[in-house]
Amino acid sequence: MYRINLIKNITLLFLVITFSVSAQHDPAVEVQAENSNPEADLKTEIKNDIRHHIKDAYEFVFFSDSKTGKKYGFSLPVILIDNGLHVFMASEFNHGESLVQKGGNYYKLYHSKIYKTDSEGHINYDINHFPTNEKPLDLSITKGVISILTVSLLLFLLFTGLAKSYVKNGAIPKGIGRFFEPIVIYVRDEIAIPNIGEKHYKRYMNYLLTVFFFIWFSNLLGLTPFGVNITGNIAVTFALALVTFIITLFSGNKNYWKHIFWMPGVPVPMKIILAPIELLGVFIKPFALMIRLFANMSAGHIVVYSLLGLMFIFNNFIGSSFSFVLAFVISILELLVAVLQAYIFTILSALYFGFAVAEEH
Amino acid sequence: MEQLLNDFSFGLFFWQTLLFILLLFLLRKFAWKPILNAVDEREDGIKNALEEAENARKEIQNLTADNERILKEARAERDILLKEAREMKDSMITDAKEEAKAQATKVIEQAKATIEAEKHAAITEIKNQVAELSLGIAEKVMRSELSDKNRQIKLVEDMLKEVTIS
Repeated sequence: MYRINLIKNITLLFLVITFSVSAQHDPAVEVQAENSNPEADLKTEIKNDIRHHIKDAYEFVFFSDSKTGKKYGFSLPVILIDNGLHVFMASEFNHGESLVQKGGNYYKLYHSKIYKTDSEGHINYDINHFPTNEKPLDLSITKGVISILTVSLLLFLLFTGLAKSYVKNGAIPKGIGRFFEPIVIYVRDEIAIPNIGEKHYKRYMNYLLTVFFFIWFSNLLGLTPFGVNITGNIAVTFALALVTFIITLFSGNKNYWKHIFWMPGVPVPMKIILAPIELLGVFIKPFALMIRLFANMSAGHIVVYSLLGLMFIFNNFIGSSFSFVLAFVISILELLVAVLQAYIFTILSALYFGFAVAEEH
Repeated sequence: MEQLLNDFSFGLFFWQTLLFILLLFLLRKFAWKPILNAVDEREDGIKNALEEAENARKEIQNLTADNERILKEARAERDILLKEAREMKDSMITDAKEEAKAQATKVIEQAKATIEAEKHAAITEIKNQVAELSLGIAEKVMRSELSDKNRQIKLVEDMLKEVTIS
């Protein structure tokens, strides 16, 4: 199962990268689009929409009207640390059309990123068409942060509610807790105990439960029409994998490190060869966690969005209904993927913790 | 890859790490600990209840076994008692019979002895009476006999004869 997943992930990663590479030439396409036929225009628009959806944003847009250029939603606060703290609303950027001057610096919103520019708002590019302008330290409350907050709040309310219902109801959960309690027990009995062992599993339950429900809920929230994309953002999956990595490092006992640097039971030359490989493995494991979750979730989003976009490109009864049905089926599949990815992340984290605390046998 | 690196948002990473760690601690304190404790407690409770039920079942089994054993013992004891009683009754009857027989024999013996004694006495009395009667008769005879002198002499002679003979 692990191998199949890996292959799937690699393919998806390629998909994402190809997509990203094609997206790199967008600015040129955008300029072209103004003069070309309306169908190409629509394709570009869909492509841009998907790209913007995958990325984080400084505003919460529910829907927009491309004809009038109006966007319906609300903007979010921008927090920049650049020679002092600058806090202002993202609406000041006017969707990237205006420069914002704060503390003698000019800031420009360009492709969902804030860059420092000169007073004219020039963006310089390198050979790969990436902006070379300096980026200020940006701690804005973006759409992603709002979504993370929402998921956190939801988790907190839900599970403190479940915890309270035990006290009120005499050790029997009530309401929605009846649905979630078996999942909590499943995480304990099928993920934590078999992988970590009876002796040590209790220490990791907090993390495993939190990460499982966080990823699951984030994935599910990503399937709602609000268009949020938490786990499909590499910064988020990097943060999650980093926590797993740090916990694994600090849990590692003597036996764990011995298996990495001086593998017992193999000849000395092999030990020397194995040490760097094993050491590399220590980093590759959480890296794979990060990429797997990111690639699966963003690929799912791209596929669903592309199929929805196809409806407008076909613009006829048969083609559009076909892509609608396809999008519907993929959405159902994404529901499964949402819980599957949470499960995989949790079980692999548990497995790594299990390696770290394994006793010599 | 470069696109990914370019897209990497440090701000989002910062907030995600901060919020996630905060969530981790909050949930640990207010959710997971109470939930897992409650679940553990409940599981222990169920396990204990099952064990207790099993113990109770065993106890009941033991009690039934005990009862049966006691009943068996009681039955055996009753049987023994009945047997003893029967034996006692039999022996008593036998004893009584023997005693009665002995008594009867004794009584019969005594009766026989009495009868014998009575018989003797009666015979003696009859003898005496016969003797008296004989004397009376003899007297009467004598009187009539001695009225004649010859006859007296004859008689004396006869008597004397008889005396010498005997």
